[in-house]
Amino acid sequence: MLATSLAASAAVAEENAPLSIGPGAVAISLRVNGVVRTAEVPPHTTLAEALRGSLNLTGTKIGCDRGACSACTVWLDDIPVASCMVLAIDIGDRAVTTIEGLSRGDTLHPVQTAFIAHDAVQCGFCTPGMVMSCAALIARNPNPSLDDVKTAISGHLCRCGTYPHVFAATLAAAKAAKS
Amino acid sequence: MSDATTQQEKFPFGIASVSIGEIERRVPPGEAPPLPPNNRLAFIGKSVPRFDARAKVTGASRFTVDVKLPGMLHGRLLRSPHPNARIVSIDTSAAERHPGVRAVHVVTDIVGRAVEQVPETDPPQPNGVRLPRALYAGAPIAAVAAVTPDAAAAALALIKVEYEVLPFVVDLEEARDPNAPVVFRSAVAGSGFAGGVAAGAEVAQQGNVRGPSRIGTRGDVTKGFAEAEVTVEGEYRTQVQTHCCMETHAAVADWHADGLTVYLSTQFTAGVRNELAAAFGLPRNRVRVLVDAMGGGFGSKSGAGTYVRAAIALSRAAGAPVRVVHDRHEEQVDSGNRPATFQRLKIGAHRDGRLSAISLYTYGTAGTATGAGVGNFAQATYECSNFDSEQYDVFINAGPACAMRGPGNTPGAFALEQAVDELAEKLNLDPLALRDRIDASPVRREERRIGAERIGWSRRHTPGADTGTIRRGIGVAQSLWGANVQTNASCEVRLMRDGSVELRSSVQDIGTGIRTVLAQVVAEELGLTPQAITLRIGDTDFPAGPPSYGSRTTASITPPARNAAYKIKQKLLEVAAPKLGVAAGALDLRDGRVFVRAEPARGLSFREAAALLRTDAISAFASRSDDYGGFRRAMGDAALAQNDLGGVQFAQVAVDTETGIIRVERVVAVQDCGRPINPEQIESQVQGGVLMGLSYALYEDRILDRPTGHVLNADLEHYKIAGPRETPEIDVVVLENYQGESATDAYGIAEPANIATAPAIANAVYNAIGVRLRQLPMTPAAVLAALGRAPYGG
Ligand code: FES
Ligand code: FES
Repeated sequence: MLATSLAASAAVAEENAPLSIGPGAVAISLRVNGVVRTAEVPPHTTLAEALRGSLNLTGTKIGCDRGACSACTVWLDDIPVASCMVLAIDIGDRAVTTIEGLSRGDTLHPVQTAFIAHDAVQCGFCTPGMVMSCAALIARNPNPSLDDVKTAISGHLCRCGTYPHVFAATLAAAKAAKS
Repeated sequence: MSDATTQQEKFPFGIASVSIGEIERRVPPGEAPPLPPNNRLAFIGKSVPRFDARAKVTGASRFTVDVKLPGMLHGRLLRSPHPNARIVSIDTSAAERHPGVRAVHVVTDIVGRAVEQVPETDPPQPNGVRLPRALYAGAPIAAVAAVTPDAAAAALALIKVEYEVLPFVVDLEEARDPNAPVVFRSAVAGSGFAGGVAAGAEVAQQGNVRGPSRIGTRGDVTKGFAEAEVTVEGEYRTQVQTHCCMETHAAVADWHADGLTVYLSTQFTAGVRNELAAAFGLPRNRVRVLVDAMGGGFGSKSGAGTYVRAAIALSRAAGAPVRVVHDRHEEQVDSGNRPATFQRLKIGAHRDGRLSAISLYTYGTAGTATGAGVGNFAQATYECSNFDSEQYDVFINAGPACAMRGPGNTPGAFALEQAVDELAEKLNLDPLALRDRIDASPVRREERRIGAERIGWSRRHTPGADTGTIRRGIGVAQSLWGANVQTNASCEVRLMRDGSVELRSSVQDIGTGIRTVLAQVVAEELGLTPQAITLRIGDTDFPAGPPSYGSRTTASITPPARNAAYKIKQKLLEVAAPKLGVAAGALDLRDGRVFVRAEPARGLSFREAAALLRTDAISAFASRSDDYGGFRRAMGDAALAQNDLGGVQFAQVAVDTETGIIRVERVVAVQDCGRPINPEQIESQVQGGVLMGLSYALYEDRILDRPTGHVLNADLEHYKIAGPRETPEIDVVVLENYQGESATDAYGIAEPANIATAPAIANAVYNAIGVRLRQLPMTPAAVLAALGRAPYGG
């Protein structure tokens, strides 16, 4: 992990840059929602902060900033991760998908459509992260059981208590995606 | 109410699943005509999809934490590392010189705690300013605004504070000791703002103990207990629960030449506007408070806290907008909490179940705030003419509590509903049968009937009859909550000449769905679809709406919304009448058309009618009128409706007698809120209330460290809230209960949905294992101890 991340950050740095970086801002480039974006961020900047800050993708939310709530879930390649737990400089050329990149133009992802239909949204603060995890679930398992859905979002906290409607929506989305 | 201007109208009356009759009410002028039951309406009572759902599932919603303004600075607060300390001196000069820092502010007033700011004996600072004591670890001391969050954090570390560290107390029992360190040295005034009980301004205070308040006391309990044939008595303890809003408290303050604009994660834009105008000496029309999407409040985001004042002070000093957002640690320590309580409850009854006396003795702690009482639950839920209560607040060196979903009544129900179950057992009565005898409410009776059927009450075994490792049980508990109404609640409906319609009010949608509900109400009146209505809310530049606390938003703002729409309708019909050659009274509006009632084919489209307006737009303003049957009580801007809100919840649990783990398998929640407007959104809120109650029952517990005075679990890893794995099947039933009280007859749901869950689970646990747990949270260790299987040989 450390070796790849150093290699990745080296790739975006000057040819003969010093081996240590920071504490000032460093240039990074991120492939987000299919577009390569560049930003200058201090090296300790998390992916969540970089997305929300310089890249202005505020759909990704921060609820705890330490891996406890999953509000900040995005995909790295196709794996849902807590973006507050990875540094932006460590992303390298992995593809980042955020909630803003989930729909195709005006066509929502089936999970998004189902969340609306089942009112799986109250305040909506946990929702982008929930949607990312549920969409990843039906991508890797087109026939999820209720138990699979619970496992997929077991790290997500929703204080409004949308879980029952999230379960129903995700199961319905899986069905809809198949037909 | 029977003066010449009112008129008599007939309204639907009763519970839809029982029977709907009629009631006559005198109605003030200008009110929309009586609304028929939901099954005769197009949009009210239908689950119209939530208006802001699309924005929320695509990440497009703008929460306060997402607000970015040009030149915006990042503010952070310096917080006390000591649970009790006097600030001897504070030197901010190094912080001011730090690169990137634009302003430094020293906190002089703490908002939200009981009133004593600076003890008389404390000397002022060299500059003459008197600083409040830091009364809890995490109390705000100073704030910095800088161009980056890093610069702000670095500057905080450069503020030199000399503290005189004082003895402290963070334990509820220790704090009651007359020799304990005293939190407030002078008398604290004011009533309980943690919502538990309004301990009047005049109650006694000795050491850390303030009270008693004797709320609800009536009759003669001594006589009542003397008459009792059966009594039960028990002691109950509940813990501190924190709100855990997923969006932490957040503000962006912009002090500019015209006044002040604050983007705020708040439950009450208009109230905060008034509060800030007074605090900063600005006229109210120069202060604008805005909230678009709002990430949860649950009682904790009612006013403008110290952090908001700090953001404003920094913005004024720096001449730039300043963003202050609590981190999770700050959120858990210093954004309010539900007080911990101790209750001793005694009930006396006759053989037939009738209650002869209830006595309630409680103390609790709201930290450095007041209001740790247990509400009016024991006083008001069941019929009993002899009632005595004695409720005390105990101060400790901890962050101030504030209202939290069903304040007071939630811990109150945990005690009373278990005591009533215990009484039923002693009387050899079914718990539901006993409640049928002592609860006068026809609504609760119907809720018990429906819930019992759904949970399968008839298969409930006698307590402790289950054997084996996993033991199952079923329990029931009731909820009661006052139907609050904000009479100071207004809105405006506008119709433009192109037929577009919008509603404007400062009311905020905190995730409850009021946007959608208002669109349904306006659409119903104007014969349009809800999607055709534009909602402009969450902005104090619009007419002042109600707060979203006390479960009052829908009750307060839907009647004026309907009445304003009704006025627009009348104006539109008047404009269309000459064109159609009939009197306006012969016309009606439906399906986007103005038509002649007697000849429905003859008409105009809504747009064609709107095009006849003389001006580019017309507007109608309406405020909340009084309930038609009158209020039970009016208090300033608010009032209490005649009928209470409530519900009955049933829980089915499985208790693992080897690990002590309680699993809630199923909850049936039968609730009422007057006329339901959006059943699906109501179901969402009830599920949320049940889950918060379940979480309170089994997991949550803010832990203060006695040696250091710090919160040990000020995060979301060690402060456990219910997640997907803990979520049971939740079956929600919402009664349609028509009372003919307002233009919509709709009331609230959020709080009553939370109150019954913990006691229903506790009663189910008792039914499963035959031992009663009287302390929250009901942890595995507590279960094992109750079963005499303490894991550590206890
Ligand atoms: S914000 Fe990343 S897990 Fe909570
Ligand atoms: S919808 Fe509010 S936290 Fe999940």
